[in-house]
Amino acid sequence: MSTDQVAHVARLARIELTSDEIEHYTGHLGRVLEHARQLEDLDLDDVPPLAHPYPLRNVFRDDVESSPVDRDEVLSQAPAASGGQFEVPPVLGAEA
Amino acid sequence: MTSAHVIASEVRAGTRRATDVLEDFLGRVATHDGDVHAFNTVTAEQARAAAAAIDAAAEGGRDPGPLAGVPVAFKDNLCTRGVATTCSSRMLEGWQPPYDATVVQAMTAAGAVMIGKTNLDEFAMGSSTEHSAFGPTRNPYDLARVPGGSSGGSAAAVAAGFAPLALGSDTGGSIRQPASLCGIVGIKPTYGRVSRYGLVAFASSFDQIGPFATDVADAALALDVISGHDPADSTSIPAAVPDFEAALARGVEGLRVGVVSELTGSGRNGAATGGPAPGDAAGEVLDGIDADVTERVLEAADALADAGATVGRVSVPAVTYGLTAYYLIAPAEASSNLARYDGTRYGLRVEGADVEEMNRLTRRAGFGDEVKARIMLGTFALSAGYYDAYYGKAQRVRMLTRRDFDAAYADFDVLLSPTSPCVAFRFGERADPMTMYRCDTCTIPSNLSGDPAMSVPFGTGAEGLPVGVQVMAPALGEETMLTVAAALERAAPPLPKPPLAAVTGSTGAGR
Amino acid sequence: MTAGWETVVGLEVHVELATDTKLFSAAPSRFGDEPNTNVTPVCLGLPGSLPVLNRRAVELAMAVGLALNCEIRPSVFHRKNYFYPDMPKDYQVSQYDQPICSDGWLDVPGGSRVGIERAHLEEDAGKTTHLGGADGRIHGAVGALVDYNRAGTPLLEIVSRPDIGSAAEASAYVEELRAILLTLGASDARLEEGSMRVDANISVRPAGSDELRTRCEVKNLNSLRSLRNAIDYEAQRHIELYAAGDAPVQETRHWSEDGRTHSLRSKEEADDYRYFPEPDLVPLAPDDEWVDEVRAAMPELPASQRARLHECGTEPEDAQIIVGRGLAPVVLGAVEAGADAKRTVTHAVQNLALDGAELLGIDHLASLVQMETSGQLTATQAKAVLGIMCERAAAGTADPAAIAAELGFEAMAADELEALVDQAIADNPEAWEKFCAGEAKVAGVFVGAVMKATRGQADGQAVTQLLVQRRDA
Repeated sequence: MSTDQVAHVARLARIELTSDEIEHYTGHLGRVLEHARQLEDLDLDDVPPLAHPYPLRNVFRDDVESSPVDRDEVLSQAPAASGGQFEVPPVLGAEA
Repeated sequence: MTSAHVIASEVRAGTRRATDVLEDFLGRVATHDGDVHAFNTVTAEQARAAAAAIDAAAEGGRDPGPLAGVPVAFKDNLCTRGVATTCSSRMLEGWQPPYDATVVQAMTAAGAVMIGKTNLDEFAMGSSTEHSAFGPTRNPYDLARVPGGSSGGSAAAVAAGFAPLALGSDTGGSIRQPASLCGIVGIKPTYGRVSRYGLVAFASSFDQIGPFATDVADAALALDVISGHDPADSTSIPAAVPDFEAALARGVEGLRVGVVSELTGSGRNGAATGGPAPGDAAGEVLDGIDADVTERVLEAADALADAGATVGRVSVPAVTYGLTAYYLIAPAEASSNLARYDGTRYGLRVEGADVEEMNRLTRRAGFGDEVKARIMLGTFALSAGYYDAYYGKAQRVRMLTRRDFDAAYADFDVLLSPTSPCVAFRFGERADPMTMYRCDTCTIPSNLSGDPAMSVPFGTGAEGLPVGVQVMAPALGEETMLTVAAALERAAPPLPKPPLAAVTGSTGAGR
Repeated sequence: MTAGWETVVGLEVHVELATDTKLFSAAPSRFGDEPNTNVTPVCLGLPGSLPVLNRRAVELAMAVGLALNCEIRPSVFHRKNYFYPDMPKDYQVSQYDQPICSDGWLDVPGGSRVGIERAHLEEDAGKTTHLGGADGRIHGAVGALVDYNRAGTPLLEIVSRPDIGSAAEASAYVEELRAILLTLGASDARLEEGSMRVDANISVRPAGSDELRTRCEVKNLNSLRSLRNAIDYEAQRHIELYAAGDAPVQETRHWSEDGRTHSLRSKEEADDYRYFPEPDLVPLAPDDEWVDEVRAAMPELPASQRARLHECGTEPEDAQIIVGRGLAPVVLGAVEAGADAKRTVTHAVQNLALDGAELLGIDHLASLVQMETSGQLTATQAKAVLGIMCERAAAGTADPAAIAAELGFEAMAADELEALVDQAIADNPEAWEKFCAGEAKVAGVFVGAVMKATRGQADGQAVTQLLVQRRDA
């Protein structure tokens, strides 16, 4: 795994890293992925993937309202709030 | 130390007050938690109010429930309304959820009294609690050693006598491994047996909540209380909950016990148990499992054979790949589960010129080193061009594991292995990530398959430190698992109490 | 369209499903309330919260799929990972490579058939309000406010194949889709209010070829007119690019009020959504029995309603209006119950553009038309009664006889009307002579006189009939 790849992944994950930190994580992730190479030789084309450990299907709830959470209680935990809404810095580079 | 059983029956009978029970335990916390650091938060005032309510109920002739007056410690990744739920992360420091986790409701409704929130590896990512943002928890048996993790605080709290019961969460071994290192009982139930609603997610398809206790009976009692279908968790299994406590008295006569070859060497004396067993295969033993631990597992197997079980060796080949598969899938799920910590709705925010910068700076400051590493690893495993080779392949290994276990359970009722490859290690001893991850070698396979597994203390290993034996069972096979665990408990050599216990007059024969 | 080229359009239509609660949480799915009041821990992405799928949303999706001739297939929800402040979990839960509905078609009135690639369920985001920028736009904003009331609203994304060949056809496709959604009660499907959102994938190719050239996805189409104009504009832009030896770039473009499409600033990072199966939800696998139940509960679809309206003599335009207003069941029902088809259709087209009209009871509409046909009510009176019937339709108290009585529209006794007619003849002898001489238009004099005497409550047709009887006697 290269430092470029680590930098790319850090951008995708929205984690600010210094170049020293990128080096550090390149080593860390590299060791784990090196270990993961043991899977390379494993022929699993005939084995389907397993996403859920217990084979449940069709779990629903009825379309019935329950009481919402208290807005003040939730907003009291927010870093910034205004007029009953969560406040954030400007959003750039996105569509309206 | 008094067991939960004894406390609950006395409080229910009105012969002991929940308030007095609580003060005993709060006293121990006050005396020793400065050394152990099991708790992030001790909720003394709330606990006193809850205990008083239990006493009032008992005095008023109302049954406070099966856990009447039993102090319980909750891992600090279980949501507790109005009580800080931090996941031992700067990111959630001080965050007060507006709701209780389903298990917290269940325990409270059963009469348990929350005594505090326990320390963990940040967001449950780790095997030593060294990754807590608030400093590590120390092992009550040796304060220079780790209690295991990630539920190290819960395990240490029970081992140190701060509470008879604690709840933790187990994603790759985070209940069983610290239980093993702290000389207590820890259960990871079948995935879906216990509701995850209100458990702050690490890796959703592995996470499962379970109890810690000083003995199997108390663990079964707590498991009874927290098990059952919850419509708020889509992965919750709609199955009836058996009477787990009733399983304890059953004998192991006729049960077929398989010792997992890949996780258990043959010991110094060669094969510990009889001849070849059905389904036997000589799987290659994985590296890094200490001899002292292997010896105890083989002795445990012998003890079960003596008690009438049929014991053999069984190969579960896929466990060889378990660690690798787990350390791709779990970080992948975590990378998505932890995306929400972006500084917008709750928890930490570091201001930035725009939202994206605010996100990046917040996540830089809020997450510790291990969490960042796993988020990036998981992001990579899911990213375009790598998904099939990493995440996709790991999911297939998961299926392989499921199949290998199914094959093993065709021949055996339960499987046996070490819980942890080693006894409690010293702080800093496993700084290399792969070395630390190998702590989970024996526990991860059950998380991949979703099957239940538990750790039971069985003697001591190097330097007199506790060793845990892992009992594994097929999905929803908790009763048989508990039957075997109870038999092991009866056969186990007496375990010295942690030296901390000396303060209240118990034996201090540990090291 | 410039000669030698043809337009190729595929549409992606998002509709908000008409459920009471959200897709994965029991919070009310409702708009116009105070910000952040219709939210549960799930809608806010609070740590520890978990999704549970709304059965009703799945049934509505299945009904739409069946109406679009799709196959209903097992499905797995996936997470689509990207950061945005109004996405509370910073991932969107959506059916990805296994949508619940796939491979169907929609017959557009006018004859063409448009393939439906898929229809899948996903959750909506919250709403971000940008502060400080001109007109609330992002550019120049100093901050933003986020309201999660809309977060988690169930959306069905219906993706057509690139089978649409013109702006008009695209518009007709959306109208027909909208009629189906309304008929099923699956969505209120209002383009202007955003409960139906249309994105158009537009490209061009040499006429007669079947190649698919580079397409552009155009967003912000909040009316049928925008949709048509954007398709024409974008197709022309592509043709001009090709004519200049250039070619369009595959990108997302924004339709704006100035009548043009604009390229959205492309992000530095290529999108990498890192889809993977949502571990907090289990697979969805509707069995045949459930699919059959949903199918059996479906009302008659617009195409069939139109065909039956045509059979009873309704003009195509009128049929379209009736179906578009959701009035076909009541109109067809009333006609089947014996009401005069022509009068019923006339009411539906002229007098029933009212809220509540679709709730009218079939018997009530049928008896109103019968009262009119029998002369108990005049056309004017019938219209007045209908208005009140619509107001009361929801309450089920829209009995026309009772309303007519309330309004004092008592049917006039035949002899009373005859007396009034005779009086009018006696009062206007000259006019009567002209009428008897064959000047039919002077009938108005007598009708007017009778109307005046009855304050407009007499039936003009009945008066005319009496005049004719007197003349021919």
